[in-house]
Amino acid sequence: MNKKFNLNFFSDQKFRSLFYQTLVVGLFALGIYYLTMTTAHNLEKRNIATGWNFLNNPAGFDISFSPFLDFKSTDTHLKVYYVGVLNTLLVSFTGCIAATILGFVIGIIRLSNNWLLSRTAYVYVEFCRNIPLILQIILWYSILLLMPRIKQAIEVVNGFFISNRGLYSPRPVYESGFSIVFFVFIVGIVASVWIAKWSKKRQEKTGERFPVLWTSLALIVLLPIVFFFILGSPITFEYPVLKGFNFKGGMVIRPEFIAMFLALSIYTGAFISETVRSGILSVTKGQREASAALGLKATWIMRLIIIPQALRVIIPPLTSQYLNLTKNSSLGIAVGYADLVHGFGGISLNQTGQAIECMVITMATYLVISLTISFFMNIYNRSIQFKEK
Amino acid sequence: MTSENFSEFRKPPIATTGLLGWLRMNLFSNWFNAILTFLVIYFLYQIVPSFFNWAVFSADFTHNYLGERIIDRTFCTRVMEPELGGACWAIIFVRFYQFIYGFYPVEEVWRVNVVYLLLVVAVAPLLIEKFPKRKHFLYFTFIFPIIAYFLLAGGFGLAHVSTKDWGGLLVTLVLGCTGIAVAFPLGIVLALGRRSNLPVISMVCTLFIEFIRGVPLITLLFFGMVMLPLFLPEGITLDGLVRCLIAVTLFQGAYMAEVIRGGLQAIPQGQYEAAQSVGLSYWQLNRKIILPQAIRITIPSIVNTSIGLFKDTTLVLIVGQLDLLGIGRAVLAAQTWMGLSIEVYVFVAIVFIIFTFSMSRYSLYLEKKLKTGINMGAD
Repeated sequence: MNKKFNLNFFSDQKFRSLFYQTLVVGLFALGIYYLTMTTAHNLEKRNIATGWNFLNNPAGFDISFSPFLDFKSTDTHLKVYYVGVLNTLLVSFTGCIAATILGFVIGIIRLSNNWLLSRTAYVYVEFCRNIPLILQIILWYSILLLMPRIKQAIEVVNGFFISNRGLYSPRPVYESGFSIVFFVFIVGIVASVWIAKWSKKRQEKTGERFPVLWTSLALIVLLPIVFFFILGSPITFEYPVLKGFNFKGGMVIRPEFIAMFLALSIYTGAFISETVRSGILSVTKGQREASAALGLKATWIMRLIIIPQALRVIIPPLTSQYLNLTKNSSLGIAVGYADLVHGFGGISLNQTGQAIECMVITMATYLVISLTISFFMNIYNRSIQFKEK
Repeated sequence: MTSENFSEFRKPPIATTGLLGWLRMNLFSNWFNAILTFLVIYFLYQIVPSFFNWAVFSADFTHNYLGERIIDRTFCTRVMEPELGGACWAIIFVRFYQFIYGFYPVEEVWRVNVVYLLLVVAVAPLLIEKFPKRKHFLYFTFIFPIIAYFLLAGGFGLAHVSTKDWGGLLVTLVLGCTGIAVAFPLGIVLALGRRSNLPVISMVCTLFIEFIRGVPLITLLFFGMVMLPLFLPEGITLDGLVRCLIAVTLFQGAYMAEVIRGGLQAIPQGQYEAAQSVGLSYWQLNRKIILPQAIRITIPSIVNTSIGLFKDTTLVLIVGQLDLLGIGRAVLAAQTWMGLSIEVYVFVAIVFIIFTFSMSRYSLYLEKKLKTGINMGAD
């Protein structure tokens, strides 16, 4: 009996857990209180006003690369933010697509039984994985700057010029009829998705197969082309012409973007190729042998047996590679690519001195982008996972 | 029909051994493979010889094609005669001190050399399991960071050297080694916290991990540069290198936590129950039963994460720290060596490949050893 009273409160698990949690919450609150106080004091001393008003002030600097929005130095910091987000998304999106294609190709090459081919791919993977990304970006950039000056720009194909100020190409000018072609293209995609679903249902019911691939190709590629010519090619190209010290007209892709795009897709492609390789290797030999015993063609074995199972292993790490690529696109600051971090988190921050606001917005934007990517990839992942019945 | 007639129809089987057999099996097994082989050979023929010609055969090392000693860019063969010269490695030789030590005072540089040497002594017993007297050396590994700090920064009679003078490989190694050494315990604490039964602690750890993993490292470095000074009370200023270290370590700690959490999840529930039923407390259970098993199976991933950290240290150049790449850019910014960027970047890349490639080989070796060693029932 006596012993029970001597028992320390601390030996009670419930009390202990409550104690620790209260302690954590208390310390957390205290820390935040302390930080706010010191920060407020520091801001007051440095005469920095907090608030979001600075977003409406004119930026006062130029952004050389803004393919979607027209940016002038009189535009606001808010517009700098939009341009930055769009540039970040542009290089991330194009990078993800290129890295995926490259990764799948290299991953399959790595498994080729051609010794020379798989070794070459191996060397590529090891080199690109082991050199820091920022070094690769800078290296590509300095190679691109070695290209000839504007005056001596090399014309690769008609209308495409390479120079140290970027790649100049003809700019498509859409005429009124083009929206119809685009509309037909969208309709084609929707119809193909519907046909694929319908054909799957029919196959499950009757066992008959429908040539989905060819009909989809006809709908998505052929139909818009036919409409394009029926409407009398409603597209013209504006060619870049050398005038004085610069090209007039046409489109330009800046070396900053090209360097970022190349480095991001080559670097991430090397990682994706390893993911793809291990995914394909994870499908046991028995699966291949069993499907061969059933008499499936080699292409069918790959498409119907190996790849669906490999994808289950590939998708989760692929998602994190996409996330990495998106976050790594922030390294554009090393070569002056005007993305979110360089434009808004860098120049705007330095000009306005609103460190806290700019950093909070920048970080929150990346969090939102990251969460969105993992949200959609999780949905896709769930749809391809093995469903136990 | 006699048996002689039969033998006429049979050809000898195609050789699968020997050089010819190997070539046939691996390079020319069918017409498609043969085409691929020739394509790759053509591709390599286009790239490899011209690269070696640039990097070795027509390159300058310390003297140019006239036999003059190269002291700045105007002496480089490729600057004097663009058609003649390949790479001009003299920039590396002339600036070698900066690449390895930064702007560390020459008379004090022996201290850095001692630290490099002790680093090898401290790391070797960690990596090699059969190291003689491994336990005693591991004690040294634990006190090494303190020794290294005083040797590098000064104190106990050694002259003070500001971190502003540190640079090159020194900064890269300081950031990499400290980052890994601190991120590892931090990762363990965060992983245990995230899996804790106490909802508040688990939530705090999860939020921290997910926040850090959701933003790029560069924003954390900016955070350390522009926001940390606002958070600190007056009079306290943090060294620039320390601020980078904090950002890099927090970043890596979050990633390390997820790796270790993966290992914790692979431990069967029975291990927890068995340990609890013998009456082990929470800390005893984790220290003696769970963590040794969890860390053992995650070592390859931990090494891979460390490789990532080592590469990520290059980002500090954006906030003005002169790591190996930062020094390279600083060297290039000078009038005397302008335009030799490719040489510098290739050199830095080679240094990084030496470190990261050997680390990844080590992780592969561990993976193989783990597979043949004890089987945990978890892959």
